[in-house]
Amino acid sequence: MKQYLYIMSNKKNWPLWEIFVRSKNGLEHRHFGSLHAADAEMALENARDVYTRRNEGVSIWVVESKNITASNPENNGEMFEPAHDKVYRHPTFYDLPDEVKHM
Amino acid sequence: MKNENLYNYILGIADNSLILGQRMGELCGHGPSLETDIACTNISLDLFGQVRSYFQYASKIAGDNRSEDDIAMLRKEREYKNVLLVEQPNTDFAYTMARQFLFDVYHLAFLSELQKSTDLTLSAIANKCIKEVSYHERFSSDWVKRLGDGTEESKAKMQDAINYLWTYTDELFHQTEADKIMVSEGAGVDVTKLKEAYYKNVGDLLEVATLEIPESKYFQKGGKEGIHTEHLGYLLSDLQYMQRTYPNMEW
Repeated sequence: MKQYLYIMSNKKNWPLWEIFVRSKNGLEHRHFGSLHAADAEMALENARDVYTRRNEGVSIWVVESKNITASNPENNGEMFEPAHDKVYRHPTFYDLPDEVKHM
Repeated sequence: MKNENLYNYILGIADNSLILGQRMGELCGHGPSLETDIACTNISLDLFGQVRSYFQYASKIAGDNRSEDDIAMLRKEREYKNVLLVEQPNTDFAYTMARQFLFDVYHLAFLSELQKSTDLTLSAIANKCIKEVSYHERFSSDWVKRLGDGTEESKAKMQDAINYLWTYTDELFHQTEADKIMVSEGAGVDVTKLKEAYYKNVGDLLEVATLEIPESKYFQKGGKEGIHTEHLGYLLSDLQYMQRTYPNMEW
């Protein structure tokens, strides 16, 4: 048991990885969650065991969490609110002439 | 029993996976990290799944109304035919991975030969299991490399595990009477022919892992004849507890 605790305490040094899984060919990879691993190879194996053991995937991407640059929620005002009142940016805002088919 | 050799031969294969599966299952909730815990239990579940196919077949061959569960759970210690290697305890994570690795390399080579068996059920089971076992081998050899070529402490622990378990590797290549008859019929795998490639593959990986290949000339044996180390009895008392206490219980 001591030995397990030893490895466990070292696990704190394992970096965090974000896991993306593609469920079917033709679909995009989706974020499934995150886990700890010592390197990319171990992250792939861990992801395989943690996220795809019930036949969820055909492809896995792993990326170390620190390599993701995220937007700051504090800046949500300037980042996202200007888009709120611009409904004309949605294609559904425009009436299509009947002659245009298959849109 | 009409085909006792086939029956004994199936048990010889199945018991290895059963006992190793039970050992890996012991780590459920006790693995070194959440991720490795799930990985070890996955391996355990793979092995139990394989074991079911073998015991269902054995039950059919026995033809005496014993179910797969009866055959798996209700034999006495001396009737288990697994190699001594797989019953060795989870002393620490290095032992667990070294044991897995030393078995996986054998298991993979064995199944790839069993696929060619003239017994269509055995070859179909081998065909189904081999992908799972390829992954086990990848997983365990990765850990042998990681710990061997890791820190001073992890290297010492992995070397210690390899040295201890090495004496149990030779038994993998011993032939029982049932083995010999099954080989002569084309249904069995001649394990003696797997030995050279096994030690070559294991040696190559130990070298990558910067570990020493043990030079032991003395090897343990007996498991295949039902003569086990002191560890198996304890393992069986765990494994068989429910069936012995509540006979015929079902989930």
